[in-house]
Amino acid sequence: MSEDSFDAIVVGAGPAGLSAAITMARAGLSVVVLERGEYCGAKNVQGAVLYSRMLHDIIPEFWKEGEAVVERPIAEQRMVVTTEDSWLTIGYKSKKFLEGIPNCYTIIRTRFDQWYAKKAEAAGAQVFTGVKVDGVVRDGGMIVGVRTSEGDELRASVVLACDGVNSILAQKAGFRKELLASEVALGAKEVLELPAGKIEDRFNLEPGEGATMEVFGSTSLGMLGYAFLYTNKDSLSLGVGCKLEHYQKKGLRPSEHLDIVKKHPLVKKLIEGSKPLEYSAHLIPEGGFRSMPPLAKDNFLIAGDAAQMVNAAYREGSNMAMTAGRLAGETVIEAKREGDFSEATLSRYVTKLKASFVWPDLEELKGLQAAVEATPDILEYYPKLACQLAHLRFTADGLPKKDHFRQALALIRNRGIIKLMRDLWPLHKAAI
Amino acid sequence: MEKETVEAKLGLLDYKKYSQTHITIRNTSANAPCVKRCPDKPCVTVCPAKVYEWEAAHQKILVAYENCIECGACRMVCPYDNIECDWPPAGHGVKYKYG
Ligand SMILES: Cc1cc2nc3c(=O)[nH]c(=O)nc-3n(C[C@H](O)[C@H](O)[C@H](O)COP(=O)(O)OP(=O)(O)OC[C@H]3O[C@@H](n4cnc5c(N)ncnc54)[C@H](O)[C@@H]3O)c2cc1C
Ligand code: SF4
Ligand code: SF4
Repeated sequence: MSEDSFDAIVVGAGPAGLSAAITMARAGLSVVVLERGEYCGAKNVQGAVLYSRMLHDIIPEFWKEGEAVVERPIAEQRMVVTTEDSWLTIGYKSKKFLEGIPNCYTIIRTRFDQWYAKKAEAAGAQVFTGVKVDGVVRDGGMIVGVRTSEGDELRASVVLACDGVNSILAQKAGFRKELLASEVALGAKEVLELPAGKIEDRFNLEPGEGATMEVFGSTSLGMLGYAFLYTNKDSLSLGVGCKLEHYQKKGLRPSEHLDIVKKHPLVKKLIEGSKPLEYSAHLIPEGGFRSMPPLAKDNFLIAGDAAQMVNAAYREGSNMAMTAGRLAGETVIEAKREGDFSEATLSRYVTKLKASFVWPDLEELKGLQAAVEATPDILEYYPKLACQLAHLRFTADGLPKKDHFRQALALIRNRGIIKLMRDLWPLHKAAI
Repeated sequence: MEKETVEAKLGLLDYKKYSQTHITIRNTSANAPCVKRCPDKPCVTVCPAKVYEWEAAHQKILVAYENCIECGACRMVCPYDNIECDWPPAGHGVKYKYG
């Protein structure tokens, strides 16, 4: 393949890269996708909740392909705040989640990525696995292709860096520095085998339906992050994700963190009797706008995790990657039509992102991140307060209710009303 | 309850093996930062695959690169930029079945 020249080279066969490849190949462009894993998905880790809308925009009604692509449609989403021995749950269940375009599904990434790569091939893209890209090739300063670790050179009008959070390509092209421990979270996960019937009993689900649970509070051990538990068809995904900087300061291995979470009474009962199938770990870009590289350069575009497109407050990354990949692909189609792959033309990608949900959501996130960082104990203090207040509300201990109310007020005053308002106001952005 | 360890977790994984390390400790000399300046050794404590171990006898970090699950965290946690961690050779390394 060394002599060929393509319209586009996509580096990385994840949600971003494959979405871009499908979009471009459908328009008749010659597209090659290079993936370093032995097969697609071999290196990829996700919770994994997939919001349907963004994939439906690319593969309409993909869920009708059933087990090949999705595990369970999510009927109930729970948020739990914990102390060591107590927890308060907010759950929202709705049949509406399952109607029309179902809101979201759990997926198994290795399976999903292989399915998605087949779609890219069906659209006309060539997907090569087991190919590691080492850097871009330049000619007279201009990017003209990529070099593989085997020394092959491939040429194209445009290179799309969709190589994930550790984008070596963007770094080697000189568009980004190495990320810092403060700009990423480290996620670790276990897939736990459990019969479908047990999952449905424990999560109060109809056959085939699924639930998600995010856990904040004591289970994060004072670090910024959360634990999650998602239902697959016949397994559960249990994971933790906290700022890498906090694991570093604490000197804690995420595998140990997982083991601690497994012993929490809330989690323990839900995973009881399950059998570990796999352990995995992966970085999550959380620097948002602050760490975002330039998205469009001459003959070069960046999408997905490589561009820090993750909404850390909402487990949204794969959907952003898909929309960004699609918009990058649409931009390349226009550039090809006009025969101009300069930064000026490719920057329409940024305009398209601004008109989509991706850019505005990342913008919102900026404020939230700053607020959370200004109040580092926010995810420890408030879960505890919430549990204390709930405890008072649900206890009959022989004291008059007005004493409970006084105790509750005292708990709140402890923090100071002004501080409380200052802490919580920015969080409304994460609430809706 | 059986003690859960990272070794048991890693035991569940499949790898496509390779003989050349993709991880190098840049400075392993007697005045490497690991020896005196890095008492917490975050590479040892944080790596989710327990790739790094401090060998007190020889005053150096041992690297079990075969265990690496390619998260990329070590480069960022080393306060002295003393770890060079590339991806394994094309098509090699961890092979997740679920991911
Ligand atoms: C623990 C965890 C839980 C998560 N949960 C969720 C969730 O529930 N919902 C959600 O939407 N998002 C979630 N995310 C985020 C989501 O996984 C990512 O945002 C998403 O995978 C980004 O897609 P991508 O295509 O940009 O990158 P990736 O999926 O990382 O794909 C990049 C691809 O590039 C390949 N590659 C890298 N370098 C090279 C190279 N040099 N040469 C060739 N190929 C290369 C990789 O092997 C990989 O296949 C989670 C992440 C983690 C770690
Ligand atoms: S973190 Fe870096 S400096 Fe510290 S022990 Fe490890 S390699 Fe050495
Ligand atoms: S990449 Fe991750 S798993 Fe591999 S050595 Fe570094 S920290 Fe450990």
